[in-house]
Amino acid sequence: MFGLDKKDASLLLIVAVLVAFAPFLLNPFPEGSAMAQFNAGYPDLMQRFVIFGIFAIGFNILFGLTGYLSFGHAAFLGVGSYAAVWMFKLLSMNVLPAIILAVITAGIFALIIGYVSLRRSGIYFSILTLAFAQMSFALAYSVLTPITGGETGLQLALDDPRIFGSSTTAEGNIPVPGFFGLEMRDSTELVLGNWVFTFNVGYYFAAIIMLAAFYLSIRIFRSPFGMMLRAIKSNQQRLNYTGLNPRPYTLAAFVISGMYAGLAGGLMASMDPLAGAERMFWTASGEVVLMTILGGVGTLIGPVLGAGLIKYMENIISKINADILHTWFAFLPDGLEDLVVTMIYPFIGKGWHLTLGIVFMLVVIFLPGGLVQGGQKLAGLFGRKKASQPKNATTEPAE
Amino acid sequence: MDAIILQILNGLDKGSAYALIALGLTLIFGTLGVVNFAHGALFMIGAFCAVTLSKLLTLSHTVIDETRTDFLGNPLKVEVPYVYDVFGQTTGDAIIDWAVPLSIFFAIPVMILIGVIMERGLIKHFYKRPHADQILVTFGLAIVLQEIIKYYYGANPIPTPAPEAFVGSFDFGALIGFEAGQIIYPYWRLVYFAFAAIIIGAVFAFLQFTTFGMVVRAGMADRETVGLLGINIDKRFTIMFGLAAAVAGLAGVMYTPINSPNYHMGMDFLVLSFVVVVVGGMGSLPGAVLAGFLLGILESFASMREVIDIIPGINQVVIYLVAIIILLTRPRGLMGRKGVMED
Amino acid sequence: MGILEVKDVNKRFGGLQALGKVNLSVAENTCHAIIGPNGAGKSTLLNCLVGKLIPDTGSVMFDGQSVLGRTPFEINQMGISRVFQTPEIFGDLTVMENMLIPCFAKRDGSFALHGIRSVMSEAELRDQAEHMLDEVNMLDKRNMHSASMSRGDKRRLEMAMCLVQNPKLLLLDEPTAGMARADTNNTIDLLKEIKEKRNITIAIIEHDMHVVFSLAERITVLAQGTPLVEDTPENIKGHPKVKEAYLGEAA
Repeated sequence: MFGLDKKDASLLLIVAVLVAFAPFLLNPFPEGSAMAQFNAGYPDLMQRFVIFGIFAIGFNILFGLTGYLSFGHAAFLGVGSYAAVWMFKLLSMNVLPAIILAVITAGIFALIIGYVSLRRSGIYFSILTLAFAQMSFALAYSVLTPITGGETGLQLALDDPRIFGSSTTAEGNIPVPGFFGLEMRDSTELVLGNWVFTFNVGYYFAAIIMLAAFYLSIRIFRSPFGMMLRAIKSNQQRLNYTGLNPRPYTLAAFVISGMYAGLAGGLMASMDPLAGAERMFWTASGEVVLMTILGGVGTLIGPVLGAGLIKYMENIISKINADILHTWFAFLPDGLEDLVVTMIYPFIGKGWHLTLGIVFMLVVIFLPGGLVQGGQKLAGLFGRKKASQPKNATTEPAE
Repeated sequence: MDAIILQILNGLDKGSAYALIALGLTLIFGTLGVVNFAHGALFMIGAFCAVTLSKLLTLSHTVIDETRTDFLGNPLKVEVPYVYDVFGQTTGDAIIDWAVPLSIFFAIPVMILIGVIMERGLIKHFYKRPHADQILVTFGLAIVLQEIIKYYYGANPIPTPAPEAFVGSFDFGALIGFEAGQIIYPYWRLVYFAFAAIIIGAVFAFLQFTTFGMVVRAGMADRETVGLLGINIDKRFTIMFGLAAAVAGLAGVMYTPINSPNYHMGMDFLVLSFVVVVVGGMGSLPGAVLAGFLLGILESFASMREVIDIIPGINQVVIYLVAIIILLTRPRGLMGRKGVMED
Repeated sequence: MGILEVKDVNKRFGGLQALGKVNLSVAENTCHAIIGPNGAGKSTLLNCLVGKLIPDTGSVMFDGQSVLGRTPFEINQMGISRVFQTPEIFGDLTVMENMLIPCFAKRDGSFALHGIRSVMSEAELRDQAEHMLDEVNMLDKRNMHSASMSRGDKRRLEMAMCLVQNPKLLLLDEPTAGMARADTNNTIDLLKEIKEKRNITIAIIEHDMHVVFSLAERITVLAQGTPLVEDTPENIKGHPKVKEAYLGEAA
C-alpha cells in the first residue's frame, strides 16, 4: 500500500486512525469529573501534538539516521513562523502560501547553515549549529526588529496590506487564518452525555499534514538515501572508500529536516498568527532533542510519541497544584497525606521541568532506545508469556 | 587609548568567568573524555553556595530589647543574627559583610563533594558511551540541577552584594597616568579578575609541579598508555572531576556580586563556555584560558556604542561569529592538538 | 606501462622522511606484493594511493589518470577499492545492506538522491549483491546484523563489498593480520579464486611471507621509505638486501 511494505503500511494506518480519533481518545474523562484535568482533547494542545510531531519527525531524519546532533534546529522553526506571518501580513490569510513559503525559507536557511556546519562533525557540529541558532535568536531579538518584531514578536495589524485578501474583516477585526474559507480556529463540539468532544479545523488540517510528513519520512527511511544516511552514522570512512561522498547526503538530510522544522513553524503561525524570537532559543532546540530521544531515536514512530508525551506533560502536569494533590490523597491519614503531597509537590506545576529532566536522564541511562525500546522490551516479556499474542504495532522496531 | 583600556578591563570579568568554566570543561574533557553539559550548572550551584551562606549568616532569632520601645510603648522586638551571639556585634557584622568571600571556604568542600558524587554516580558510566549520549545525559542533569535550585530559591535573581570595602568604583585611569575620570572601574571586577588569575595559576601549578598533575597531563596526552602503566586512573579521574567542579563553583561564588544569581545563569554561561572551549581548542588548557579572555574582551569591544553604530547588533553575535570563523579556518581551535575529537 | 604507476613519490612528516623517491609499477592483472619491515612506509604509500595522504612531490597515475588531489571517493569511482587492516564495514547495517551500498555507488556515482524509491524495489542490484555473497559463501548470513559476525566473516564481507564493484585495482592492507592459520589459508584460497575468475589487479601489503609467496607474482621490498628491490618471488627469496633489511630491523 502506497509503496510501503505491510508492516510500515499498518504502522501508518494505525497512526492515521489514532490521529483521526484523537478528539475522542484524548478526552476519556467526562466533563467536571475529578479526572477531567487529564483530558488533552482541546484544540490548542492537540494542534501542538501534531505540530511538534512534525518537528521531531524531521529532526529524527537528521539525528536518527546520520547521528549528527544539531542543537540549533529551533532556528528553522522560528524562521518558518516568521515567513508564514509575513505571508499573512502581505498576501492573504490563506495558510497554503504561508506554509509553502515557511518551508522554502527554512530550507534555504538550512542549506546555508548546513553547508557551513557540516564541514565539521561530532561535537564541533553540535556547537556550530548551536552558535548559528543563538546568533539567529540574538539578531531576531534585537537588530532585525523591523522584520521580526523584536521582543514583542511579529504580529498582524489592521493596516497590513494583504493584497489578495482584506486588511480587515467587515466587523473591523484582523481576519483569521484559513484554508480557502475554512477557518483554522473553527470547532464543532459533540456532546455525548457528560462527555464533550471538540473537533477543530486547525487540528485536522495540521494532522493531515503530519500524516503526509510521517508517510514521507517512512519512504525516506526505506529508500537508498535513508540507507546511505545510516551508513554515514555507522562508518563514514568505509563510505568514503566505497566511492560515496558523505557531504551531500548529510547536507540533504540537514535541509530536509530543516524544512520539516519550517513546516512545523509555518503551521504554528497558521494556528495562531504570531511569531516570536523565543521559538529560536536554544532551549527550544533542546526540547526537540528531548522529544526524539524520549520517543526513540532512529525509529519511525518514536519522535511522534516523544513529542506527544512531552507536550502532554507540559500541559497536564504543569496544571496540577497542591490542592489537586490533596484531593487525590485525601483517603490517606492526615499526616501521611501531607507527607505524600510534600514529596510529590516539587515535580508538578511549575516543577514539571524537573520531572522532564529526571525522566529524560532515566531514558538516556537505561533506555537509550527511548519509549519504543521500552515498548519492545515489554512486548518481549509479554510475548514470552503469551507467544500467540500479536505484538502492539506501535512498538514495532523501525528497522 | 583610554577607551580601549576601558573595554579591555570591562571584558576581563566576563572573560575570567568564561576562562574558569572553560578550564574546568577542558580538564574534564581532556582527562575523562566526557563532554559535560552540566558544567554550567556547577557554576550556578557555586553562586548559590554564596547565596546560601549569606542566608545562613543572617539567620536570626528574636530578642526583646527592654531598653527601647515601639510606638505602642511595648518593649521592641529585634532580630538578632546568631553570629552576633557567637562573635559579638562588630565581628558578626564584618562576617555578614564578607559573606561572599567567606563562601569560598564553604563552596570548596561542597563543590568537590557534588563533583565526586556526580562522577561516581553518573558520569563514570558514560566513559564508554558516545559523545552524543554524554551530552544528552549531562544536559538532562543540568535541567534537573537548575530546577532543584529554582524550587528552593525561586525564579528571581537574588542580590548578593560584595563586602562594603569593595562596593563602588575607583579611577583606574588616574592610577596609570591618564586623565582623571576617564577609566572608572568597579573594585569588585578587579578582585574577580585577580581571583580568577590566582585560581588559573593554581590549577596550572598543580598540574605542572605535582606528581598527580603529571599523571593527569600524561593521561590527557595518551589515556590508554597511562592506564596500561598500572596507575589508578579511576581515582584520579574522580579527583579531577571534583577539582573541575570546585573551579566552576568558585567562579560562581565570586561572580555573585557582579550579576545577581538566578537558576538559569549556568545555562547562559554554558553555551558561551562551550564556544570558548571549541575556539580555544578542545583539550587544550592554555587554549581555553586564552580564548576565554579573548572572547570576553571581544564581546566588550563589540558592545561599544561606536561599534554598534557601524554594525548594529554585533555585540549580540560577535562570539558566535568568531567561533564559526575559527572552527572553519582552524578546525582544531586556537591551540588544539591533533587527534582530539576528530572522526 | 602498468595500470598503477608511482613515480618519484616523496612524503615527509616533519623531520621524518616517510617516503623517499618511491617508484612502483603494478602491471595489469597481476598480484603485486609490497613488503618491508615495520616503519618502512608501506601504509604511507598505500594512503598516498587512495587519497588519504597527498605526496609532497612525485606522481601517482592510475589507468592513465593522476589520482593526486582527488578524494578517496573519487579515487574509488576511478576503480580502486581498498580493504583495511581491521575490517571496515557498516556495523549497524545488515550484511545485505552492506553489500547494496557499493552496488549503489557503482551504479549511481558518488551522490544520488533516491529519497522516495524503496531499497526493496532495486531487484537488479539485490541480485548482484546476492550473487557476490554466494561467491564468498555468505548468502545464508545476508540478514545478519554485520557487527555481530566473527572477524573472519567481517573480512570476507569487506572483500565482497570491494569486489562487487568490479574494481580494476584491489588494494589489500594486511588482509590476514591477526588471523589463525586456517583462516589465513581460506583467505589465500579466496583471493586466488577471485584472481582466476576476474580480470583484476591486486596490490597487497603483507607481513606474512606465507601469504606473500602464495599469491604474489611480483614483490617490491620497501625499507626506510625507499624501494630496495623489485623482483619475482623466486628471486626475492634469499636476496641479500632483503635479508639485511629484515635483520637490520631485528637487530
